[in-house]
Amino acid sequence: MTKLNEWVFGLSVFFGIYMALVTKRIKHEIIDDNMFFIQILPLILVVLLGIYAVTTVLYRTLTFNECKDAAMELQKEILEARKDLASKGMKFT
Amino acid sequence: MGSEKYSILLPTYNERENLPIIVWLIVKYLEESKINFEIIIIDDGSPDNTQEVAKELIKIYGEDKILLRPRAAKLGLGTAYIHGLSHATGDFIIIMDADLSHHPKFIPQFIELQKKHNYDIVSGTRYKGDGGVYGWDFKRKLISRGANFLSQFLLRPKASDLTGSFRLYKKEVLSQLIKACESKGYVFQMEMIVRARAMNFTIGEVPISFVDRLYGQSKMGATEIIQFAKNLLYFFATI
Ligand SMILES: Nc1nc2c(ncn2[C@@H]2O[C@H](COP(=O)(O)OP(=O)(O)O)[C@@H](O)[C@H]2O)c(=O)[nH]1
Ligand SMILES: [Mg+2]
Repeated sequence: MTKLNEWVFGLSVFFGIYMALVTKRIKHEIIDDNMFFIQILPLILVVLLGIYAVTTVLYRTLTFNECKDAAMELQKEILEARKDLASKGMKFT
Repeated sequence: MGSEKYSILLPTYNERENLPIIVWLIVKYLEESKINFEIIIIDDGSPDNTQEVAKELIKIYGEDKILLRPRAAKLGLGTAYIHGLSHATGDFIIIMDADLSHHPKFIPQFIELQKKHNYDIVSGTRYKGDGGVYGWDFKRKLISRGANFLSQFLLRPKASDLTGSFRLYKKEVLSQLIKACESKGYVFQMEMIVRARAMNFTIGEVPISFVDRLYGQSKMGATEIIQFAKNLLYFFATI
């Protein structure tokens, strides 16, 4: 099953149940009492997902590890490598 | 270490400045850990004459350690790996960039982790643990994190760094993956790790520090982003 198929399957199940609820094919007083909430549920979920995505991406961007030490170590090693290779007969242009 | 041999594939295109340094670093860290290895340089007829430098390195380190397997023209990264693999004599293949953004000091860690769990693949990751980057501005980091979030969300692979290309593979696993992959060029790496999940290969991860290239140009623009998005959706629909 491809990821697309998994999503189509999951969303079909969700909307199957959702439609059954909003078209009142399933009847229960708890459902009737919360009808407005049920109706806007997809919208709420989309908004929540959006907030989750934006905060996660921003948080991870701002806390992205800055490898300054690795960069400085590399700079040193480049000089070391050049020196050693030159002593072994390598010409740098 | 044991008797296993590791073949390191280094695709190069205009890496005259970087090639001697990366080779020197590989030799330094792998000999320190007593690892049996060979370096396979796949140069696509670089105009800066990278091959001339490769030949000098062969003189210094010997032609059993450094193998130059060039191609006549710039044929892309995906086929460069296939070409390199066909010349590899190791039991394991390590793929890395030659531009010094992938530091060879991590290779012994890859090998150790692979041995411990007998993983099919060990992937370097910039997004976990002590992993990270250097030389990226806010915009570059944002694009990277955004792309990573989206691909994790849609594809749920078993690896946290899809677009990175610093990895160790069992040779047999790599040839199976290469056979299964359709794309060429840069997305090749991403397709391989996504297919690895679908083919039930086991994947281990080692956090790496990624120091963006100091010499030469790196490509990262609108066309790369569009390419990435197109491929992400394609893999989402087909794998
Ligand atoms: N043989 C070969 N190597 C390539 C080609 N394109 C890129 N490379 C090499 O692949 C590695 C990664 O390329 P780079 O430009 O750093 O990609 P980036 O890090 O994604 O921007 C470097 O070692 C390049 O020299 C190509 O068409 N053929
Ligand atoms: Mg690079």
